[in-house]
Amino acid sequence: MANTYYDAADLRKFGKITEWSEELGNKFFEYYGKVFEEGALSAREKSLIALAVAHVVKCPYCIDAYTKDGLQRGITKEEMMEAVHAGAAIESGATLVHGVQMMNKYNKLSM
Amino acid sequence: MATKSLKARQKDLAKTNKQLEILNGGIFAEGELPYFKDKLANIGNFPLRPKKMEILQINVGYMCNQVCEHCHVDAGPDRKEIMTRETMEQCLDVIRNTGAHTLDLTGGAPEMNPNFRWFVEEAAKAGIQDFIVRSNLTIIRANKKYYDLPKFFKKHNVHVVSSMPHYTRGKTDKQRGDGVFDKSIRALQELNAVGYGMPGQDLRLDLVYNPSGAYLPGDQAALEKDFKKALDEDFGIQFHNLFAITNLPISRFLDYLIASENYEDYMYALVEAYNSEAVENVMCTNTISVSWDGWLYDCDFNQMLGLKVASKIKHIKDYNEDILNDRNIIISQHCYGCTAGAGSSCQGTVI
Repeated sequence: MANTYYDAADLRKFGKITEWSEELGNKFFEYYGKVFEEGALSAREKSLIALAVAHVVKCPYCIDAYTKDGLQRGITKEEMMEAVHAGAAIESGATLVHGVQMMNKYNKLSM
Repeated sequence: MATKSLKARQKDLAKTNKQLEILNGGIFAEGELPYFKDKLANIGNFPLRPKKMEILQINVGYMCNQVCEHCHVDAGPDRKEIMTRETMEQCLDVIRNTGAHTLDLTGGAPEMNPNFRWFVEEAAKAGIQDFIVRSNLTIIRANKKYYDLPKFFKKHNVHVVSSMPHYTRGKTDKQRGDGVFDKSIRALQELNAVGYGMPGQDLRLDLVYNPSGAYLPGDQAALEKDFKKALDEDFGIQFHNLFAITNLPISRFLDYLIASENYEDYMYALVEAYNSEAVENVMCTNTISVSWDGWLYDCDFNQMLGLKVASKIKHIKDYNEDILNDRNIIISQHCYGCTAGAGSSCQGTVI
């Protein structure tokens, strides 16, 4: 048994989740594949969105996967880092916008 | 970045038997990943057999002005294996009589062979439909004696196929060495200036892209679009097609994969991307590769692994296309590189 919660080699085994729930697993992977096809957004744009979200949800597997995916698509490191910042900005914004709630509460409680 | 070949550094992996030991052992011997021959057997394609011979690829020597990190030839300035005029004469006899429609000269930097120009002049007279020279671009700017290469290529209607790892300086120089990007751009502009790569023109200029690291090439058409846009907007450069080529796990790329602890992941990625449709068109089924010393191989990769053709005809001096075509192609686990995704060959994807 691995002595860490995350093992990089587990990413290769992702497909195995289907073995314990075939229908749901297959539906998920079919959906997943479809999402990342060329559409109104290019597959390249979606790869950068996925990379940003991977950071926001702090999924080490997804970060590995979409860094590699970006490299395969010829996406530059500058583009990748900007995508990470876009995710980080939304995440920090989501924290800071709660500051308004804090201000509202403060004002309500104060004379 | 190394400035010498694995051979000059006396690295273990310069030996072909060491490379084959790795490719046949480890995760494959332990049964974690299937052998390539089993994949072929599953689709009734083992042993793999040639189809019509279409491409004669001649490696005129391993000497090169660059020492690229991913080079499957382990080429470099220190390599002294150079095709002699005598072997070139033997090749010319074959070129004049072959049924192949494509002649493909490669290296090393083929232009560094002292008899290169004579050989091109003679070979061009044979009137082969598509006459390719694989040029690394920087050679054109490496020394004054090479400055006129674009004109020389044009004179003999040579189809130029050139390596260009990326349209940004950083990625190109990391894979191929400092200054390679600027020299390559200059060389491409000079090729354009004599008419190469222009839309609708016959002087063909294609680029080869291979990943600068332990990952597979993305979609060839999408990469071509990105390259065309960036090279045109930034430098006014035109070219015809982009060939996306997968790095095969041999020689310096194998050394890199092992040193960077990417070998297993890379092999998993290749096996996972295995595409049985690509098997139909792998280049070893329509190509013969000739080494600097005249030996015959199923492909340039087998040449670098020292795996000569399994035929009683093994040398260019004895060349016989009919006998050669009746052979089993030699395979190992590096072959997964040519069947991944949309497939990979010296002409890019195969499906």
